[in-house]
Formats: sequence, structure tokens, C-alpha cells
Amino acid sequence: MADNSKDVAAPTGGAVGTSVRSTPVNHDIERNPGAPFAPEMFDRHPVNLSAARRRSTTLSSRRSIKKQWQAAWLVNAIQCIDLTTLVGDDTRERVGRLCAKAKRPLATHIIRGLGLNEIPVTTGAVCVYPTMVAHAVQFLSNSGIPVASVATGFPAGLMPFKLRLEEIRYAIDQGASEIDIVISRELVLKGKWSQLYDEVAQMRETCGSVRLKAILATGELKTLRNVYAASMTVMQAGADFIKTSTGKEGVNATMPVSLVMARAIRDYMDVADYRVGFKPAGGLKTSKDALCWQILMKEELGRDWLRPRLFRIGASSLLGDIERQLEHFVTGRYADSSRHALA
Amino acid sequence: MNTIMDILTDLDYGLALEDPSVVNAWLERHAQGFGHFIAGQFTEAGETFPVLNPATGKTIARAAQGSAFDVDIAVSAARKAQPAWASLEGHCRAKHLYAIARHIQQHSRFLAVLETINNGKPIRESRDIDIPLAVRHFYHHAGWAELVESEFSDSKPHGVCGQIIPWNFPLLMLAWKIAPALAAGNTVVLKPAEYTPLSALAFAEIVAEAGLPDGVVNIVTGDGQTGAALAGHDGINKVAFTGSTDVGRSIRKQTAGSRKSLTLELGGKSPFMVFADADLDAAVEGVADSIWFNQGEVCCAGSRILAAESVAPQFERLLLRKLATLRAGYPLDKSIDIGAIVHPEQLEHVRKLVEQGIAEGAQLHQGKVPPGCFFPPTLVTDVQPTSVLATEEIFGPVATLTTFRTPDEAIALANNTRYGLAASVWSENINLAIDIGAKVKAGVVWINCANLFDAGAGFGGYRESGYGREGAREGMSAYLKTSTPEAETPEEAPEAPVPAPVGKIAPSDIDRTAKLYIGGKQSRPDGGYSYTVFGKTDPVGLAGLGNRKDIRNAVEAAVKVDGWGSQTGHNRAQILYYLAENLSARRNEFETRLESFGQDAKSASREVEVSIRRIFWYAAQADKFDGAVHQTKSSHVTLAMNEPIGVIGIACPITRPLLGFVSLVLPAITVGNKVVAIPSQTHPLAATDLYQVIETSDVPAGVVNIVTGERDVLAETLADHDAVDAIWYFGTREGCMKTEHASAGNLKQTWVEDGAARNWTSAEGQGRVFLHHATQIKNIWIPYGE
Repeated sequence: MADNSKDVAAPTGGAVGTSVRSTPVNHDIERNPGAPFAPEMFDRHPVNLSAARRRSTTLSSRRSIKKQWQAAWLVNAIQCIDLTTLVGDDTRERVGRLCAKAKRPLATHIIRGLGLNEIPVTTGAVCVYPTMVAHAVQFLSNSGIPVASVATGFPAGLMPFKLRLEEIRYAIDQGASEIDIVISRELVLKGKWSQLYDEVAQMRETCGSVRLKAILATGELKTLRNVYAASMTVMQAGADFIKTSTGKEGVNATMPVSLVMARAIRDYMDVADYRVGFKPAGGLKTSKDALCWQILMKEELGRDWLRPRLFRIGASSLLGDIERQLEHFVTGRYADSSRHALA
Repeated sequence: MNTIMDILTDLDYGLALEDPSVVNAWLERHAQGFGHFIAGQFTEAGETFPVLNPATGKTIARAAQGSAFDVDIAVSAARKAQPAWASLEGHCRAKHLYAIARHIQQHSRFLAVLETINNGKPIRESRDIDIPLAVRHFYHHAGWAELVESEFSDSKPHGVCGQIIPWNFPLLMLAWKIAPALAAGNTVVLKPAEYTPLSALAFAEIVAEAGLPDGVVNIVTGDGQTGAALAGHDGINKVAFTGSTDVGRSIRKQTAGSRKSLTLELGGKSPFMVFADADLDAAVEGVADSIWFNQGEVCCAGSRILAAESVAPQFERLLLRKLATLRAGYPLDKSIDIGAIVHPEQLEHVRKLVEQGIAEGAQLHQGKVPPGCFFPPTLVTDVQPTSVLATEEIFGPVATLTTFRTPDEAIALANNTRYGLAASVWSENINLAIDIGAKVKAGVVWINCANLFDAGAGFGGYRESGYGREGAREGMSAYLKTSTPEAETPEEAPEAPVPAPVGKIAPSDIDRTAKLYIGGKQSRPDGGYSYTVFGKTDPVGLAGLGNRKDIRNAVEAAVKVDGWGSQTGHNRAQILYYLAENLSARRNEFETRLESFGQDAKSASREVEVSIRRIFWYAAQADKFDGAVHQTKSSHVTLAMNEPIGVIGIACPITRPLLGFVSLVLPAITVGNKVVAIPSQTHPLAATDLYQVIETSDVPAGVVNIVTGERDVLAETLADHDAVDAIWYFGTREGCMKTEHASAGNLKQTWVEDGAARNWTSAEGQGRVFLHHATQIKNIWIPYGE
């Protein structure tokens, strides 16, 4: 059982603030202070599925990003990627390779061709399991790239609550500077919103100054009304980001779900005056996807949601496709991934 | 400039221009000017007019100004081609239409770019909406061509169709016109709008490429005069027009009495209704898809936004946010939401109306547009129903926002218009949404969506938005005619009634007074005059001489009836059966009455018997003449509901005083209409006897109103009356013409025929065609999914 795994650090009690953080990034970011539980903000909030689908399918056909603009938007997408490995066969070496790619996501000749020698182009973060955090922190030292750790019994979230909090502490202790928690889907499906609020609020508390991304696992919440209500509840509870999926559900990030979450972010901002970030994860594989989701952000929330502070893409294979597209932009020739470094 | 570094700072969309070079080269090839396309050939251009690209203001082509002579040549070509085209097997016509669909698809980008250059609409819309819908229309009608023989076995094509289309969706409107016409076996002469003739001319090249027989499709370009020459041409059997209500009205007058079939798809001022429980974000996108789509140059645009007071402030906030994200500009840019207004004249029209609105106190909220022929997307607040912006069709990207308190008030505001083309209803409550959908007077209702189109659903309006449907089975039937009987000797105008004593009337035991029957009450004629009704030679009684005021009172009584149309078909059937039962009980009395008019006993007996059977037949139909569920998009139910038209004025033929009346009134009331009927002028007493039967049969007061008197005078008053929704006239040639002419006032639907044509005792006297005339189809789109 997880509770006596030797990888779990000794309980640190309330000493959350004492956790070691190797890369002191994001000092400029204030945490979402949260808001009192207010079900009237989401209770019976209607979401019309067919309308959301219509909006989703036309969003990317209403905006077309070509040539150097496309290249720039793809570079921006790289800067928003949480380059991720979350599988059972992860090893220190595997994480090392991922971190190397996070630090140098594009081949040198592409960087040069894009005229980007002056700025460091890196991914937004690296995202791993708690037991891989220490490795990632080590590989990324001095890069400024934060390490995000999933926690709270990822991906199902069905660990005892105490242990879920414990896992957060462990990951932070290992050096994670962002925590991707999963919510209890059961609480959504049973409509126990205040209990969901309490759980996430406690997780937030446990995170201390480390930012919390709340994974809704929308593929298991099914209805867009549930997605909206869950989004609002976890934002009220203090989530700094809301994230669609673990990548392990049957259906991961989709445009309609993302649309609804973006609108929840906007509605929360209107009331709480705080800007929560958005992270689609799972299923974004192509450059076209990266452009579509960025268009969604810009249209529904505005330019600020194209910065890593407020937008992340949870992905692994996406980077490879972007790199190929950018090589084509630079050279005018279609590229092959065998010529690009593996993540 | 525009280095990756720079772009990364602002993350603008940049420019994504569609390449116009192929279209430019095509225009270059036609630099000498386009002629008309007649009998498979382009004519010499002759006198031409300039065709603009509104986004640049530059002249991009010259098209021929069609003269009456050109129209004549084109109609002759169509006439010559028609018999062979109609006699082709349906399957062969289907192959031609299929080929047209394929060729449009293969030239889709060329057509999209051409449309955008000529019309100013965003390339995104021409590429993703106009052209695919046009293709879909031809595919769908290739299917109808295949099926027309079996599905419409009792129908024939009209012959040659004159079709006049607007500039807002040039190729799509062409498809809506040409596809069903050809599928049914008609040939066509089509006149594209003066501003936007190019995609029609490209289409002409495409049909030639696809091997359509010469003369089946003819395109004549030109202005309104060309259109008038076409609509008025004697060789045209059917006129189909899409455009402004004013022009539609003049075409109605122009074609009055010509026996041309006519369908009109006209303007609108459609309500966009947002209820408190709506998904407001979805509704905001709906507004963008309605009035901020195609620069608002959309006849069915939801230009009057009505929002529940409880959510209106929030909805306005969201709308203004949306407004700020709309990108207006060069239409070939693929990231543009609002392109150019079609022509500087139209821009001027929009500006004038908006200025007038401002003067009336309206508050404008506008996005940005570049200089030139552009108008910013606009939301108008502080606007009352009295404002010109709330009543006039602007045909620009201008929406008004007003509020309502209750669903009842929402309906009252929604229906407070001359028009009735479309409505968009936003609510997550299915009970409310469908209730509103049923009550709103519009030919198309979109629930939780807006501006959805499909060839498989009918499109067309109520009221002054026109009549006839395009798309689906109902659209096909507009291009087919059921065989209409011809009179051997046309009905002659009866002698004018003499409202003074003329001679001895055959005595009855106690003197009976035939009155008018209005609002369920027997009433004396307003004028206080009566006229003599003759038998074979001698007077047999007196009838009230109704006048304008009696018609006014009768229409008022009919309008007032609430709920007849919304009763179940079963309930109406029960009442009609009861009517038949009561008539049967008084059979002898009616036979005697008919005999007094000079009929022999056999004929009188037959007339009463057929009348009773006919009432039974319609009673049987009352709960069976129902609509359809159309196959359109996935996860959508598209209901085609037969709805009563409202108040129908009926002028009965002279002949068959009982049966003529029954044959016309019964189908009208069977489907829920209210009628004001003018019985046989010469023998009205059978109909006035009938009101006692009507009274005792529980027909609600006001459903059937009877005004006796001089038919053509009364009919013209009815045809002229704005609260009458349709008029059926069975009488003289001249009366037909006058009725159609007067109907143009509120563009009421008409059905006119020689009163002597039909053999009322035969099968000609009843049938589904009567019920079709008595109904209009409302298409309700209901998307679903949670």
C-alpha cells in the first residue's frame, strides 16, 4: 500500500513552509485567495451542449494563423507546455531525457532560423509523478523550469484523504513547485459540492505557497454542467489552475469542455477579481491542436491567457509535432522527427 | 517588422489572406464583359454595368444590362428546352443535378473566393457556409429528381420559372431556386442581383461544363427593370422571388390575375428571445451567428434581441464583450468576422436608419471597422418598439436589445411586427422553449440555435415575409402543380344585387329572415339593406346586403377567437362530425332550399349528400393531416409543423350554394383557421340556413363568419384587410385579378380560381390540396444533447 511505501517521506506535520524548493520561480505570482463557498454561482448554471459544440467547431475556422504568425504562436505554445511523463515505467533516466528536451525543445538551427537566439525557449514546466520529482528537480537545476507533480492519488484520486494530503507534502518536499491534484469525481457525481470545496480547500492549504492545479477529469464528469460546477467549486476553494484531465480518462481535453472551463474562469474573475489559469491535458497532439486551444484562450479570455502564468498544455508528443512544423517554417522543407531529439 | 520576437509580444493573428489569383485570372479572361447565358451560350455583352468589389471599391467586371428583348430570348430558350427536360426520366435529371453538385464542389474554393470578392462577405463564411450549403442543396434535389415521379405522382412541373434572387447569398440563393425547379422538370430563367452577378455567371460556366442540356438554365443579368421584365413576361409560368418586401409586393401586383404561380421569400425583423434560464454564453454566440453574420445582410437575422429583464444586464455585458472580439476587415482575410457591406448604396441605407435611430434616442455600442464600405457590428440599447430600428429591416449588422418581463410579454413583443420569417428562442426549459416556438409567428424557429439551414428543411416566412417554402418536400411542391381544372365556360359576373323590393316572394308559413353570422351571433347587415334572391325565375327570399363594416366586424370576430387552432385535431373532428350529424338531420330542409333555387330534386339531394360526406372526410383528416420530422443535422430534431394560417377570407363560387361553401370552409376550419365566408352571391340562403347547424354543433363563436352580399366588393375588402392572413377567391377572371392585386397590401396568401372550373360534386371538390392551402409549415429546429 502506498502508506508504507519507502518512497513516502516522513510526515512533516504542519511544516509545509519548510519544504525545499530548488528553483525559486514564480515569485511574482500571487495565489488564488479563493472565495467563500457560493453554490449560487454554479447551481443550475446552464450549459447547452449543442451550442458549445457549435462554438467549438467554428472557433478554429474563424481564426487562421499563418506564416510567421503561426511560427510565433507555436513557439508560444512550447512555452506553455507542461512536458509530461506520467506512466508506470518512468525511470530517473527517462525523466532526465524529458528534462533535457524541456530545456532545449527546439534544435539549434530552428531557434536560429526563427531569430530567437536572444531568449531562452523552454517548455513551461515538466510534469511528473511525485517519486520522480527529485530527479526532475536535479535535471532542471538552474534552468528556471518549474517541476510540477501530480498528487492526491493521481489519476483516480481514491486514496484516503489523509494520504492525499500527505502526498502533496511529499511532492513539495521533493521540490515540486506546482501541484496537479485530482478531485474526487464521486463528490461531483453525487452533487456534494461543499464537500468537494472543503477537500480542495484543504489541499490548497497544504500547498502553502506552491500553486495548485485542480484536475477535474472531465471525461468522467460527463456533462458540461458538471464541468462548470466543478470548475467553479474548485476555484472558490482556491485552485490556481483548472485542468481538464489526467490523460488517463477515456476522453481527455476536448474543445467544448475547455470552452466551458474558460467561461467559468471568466465568471470567477468577474466576481472574485482573480485570474485562474487553464490547463488542457491529454489529447493535444498536433500543432493544429496547439493553435486551436490558443485561439480559444485568446477569444474567450484574452491575450493574458496565452502566457504560461495562465495557460499550460499538458502534453508529451505535441512538442515533436510543433518542432517539425517549425522546421518546415524555417527551411521550407517538410521535416522528419527522426532528425529531432526525443523527449 | 513582424519578426517572431515581435509577434510573440502581442500574439496578434496577423494576416491570413486567401489567394485570389485564380479568380483574378478568371476575371481577366472576362475583362471584355459578361453577356447573358442563354440556350447554353454566352451572348455578346452589349450594354453593361460595372460590378464592384465592395471591400476595395474597385470595378472588377462588367455585366450585361438585360433588356426586355434579352429576357424574351431567354424565356423562349427555356420554353424550347422545357418539354424535353420534363420528359426525361427522373433518374436522368437526377444525374444532371448530381453532376452540378459535384462540379460546384470541385470548384468550391474558386466559387468561395469569387463570392467573397463580389459580395464582401468573409471568406470563412463563403467557404464554410455558402458554398457547402449550395452543394448540399443540389445533392438533396438530385434525390428529389429521382423520386419526383413516385413521391409527387399527381403533379406536373409548372413549365418555365422566372427566378429573381438577392445579393446577400448569391450562389446559395441561386441553388435554392434552381435545384428544386430543375428537379421538378421546370426550366429556368434566373436573374441574379445587380450587385452580385458573378457567381451566377460562373455557375453558368459550370452547368455548361457539367453537360446540362442547353436552355434548361438561363441567366440574365441586370437591374430591377430586368427583373420586372422577367416577372412580367407572359411566357413565365412561375415566379420565384427572394428579396425585399417592397419589391415582392410589386411583383405580387404585377403578376395579379396572370395565373402565374408565385412564391416570395421576403424580409424580416426576426426576434431573438433570451429567457432567464438560457445558457447566456450560448445565446451570445447565437447573436454573433445571427446579426453579426454576413454583415447582418441576412433576411432571417435575429435583429430584435428580446431578453428577460432578470438577465438582461448580464446578457448585455456578455454581448458587449463579444462585440469587442469581433474582427472586421478585408473579407479575404481568413480571420475576419465582419466583411464589407455589399455596396456603398446599402451602406448609406444602413447609416441613414441608424442615424434616425440615434435621433430617436437609441444608444449605440459599436465595434471597429476599417475605412471604406464597412459598417461596424452594432448593438443598440435604449430602443423602444416605436423606434425605426425596431421596426424596419436594416440589413446591416445592427441588433436592438430590449427586455421583457414574462413569456407572454415576450411573445407579444416578438409578434409585434409585420414580418414573420424566423425566430430564435433560448431557454433550457423544453416546456417553455417549445411553447414559445409554437406561439411565435414565424416560418422558422430555432431553439437554442440560430441561422441553421439545410436542404432537408423548409425555409420561408409567415405574414409579410412571404409565402412558399424552399427546401425539403414542401419546397419541392412549390415547383410542382397538381392538375387544376379548367372551366368550359368561365364564371360570369352575377348581376349586381338590387337592395330594394323587386317582386312577390314565394310565401312561407312564418316569414324567415336570413341574417349575417358574425362572432357566433346572427346579425343584421350594418347598412340595413337586403337584396332579393331568385329561384329559377322568381324571387325566393331576401338576404342581407353586407358591406365593408360587416366585413370589418366579421374579421374582428374571427381574429378574437383564441384556441381553435390549438385544440386537438380530435376535438375539432368531434365538432365537425357533429356538424355533419346535424346537417344530416335537416337534410330535407336543405334539399328543399336547394330546389327552391331551381335545382331538380336529384341534384339537390346529391349536393346535400356530398356536403355531409365532405364534412365527414375533413373530420377524418382533422387529426391526421400532420407534419413531418425532417432529416437535417445530427443531434437535431427538425419539426415541420402544419399550422393554420389564421384568418382566411373565402369568396364562394356562384354554383353549388351549399356544397361550394362547405367544400371551402371545411378544409379551412379543419386545420384550425377561422374564416370569413362570402357565400354564393346569387343563392346565399343555403349558407345562411347552415349557420343554425353550425350554432348547434358547438363550433366556437367566430370560427365561421358569414357575410352575404355582393361577392366581389366584399372579397376586395377582405383581400385588402391587413388582419386577414389568406384569401381564397372562386369567381370571375377579373375578381381573381383584383383579389391578387389587393392581397399585396399585407402580402396575404391567395388561392384564386375560376368559380366554374371545379366540379364540386366530384373528387375535385376535396382533397389534401385544400388542406395544403389552409396551412403553412413552421420548421422548428431543436438540437439536443447533454
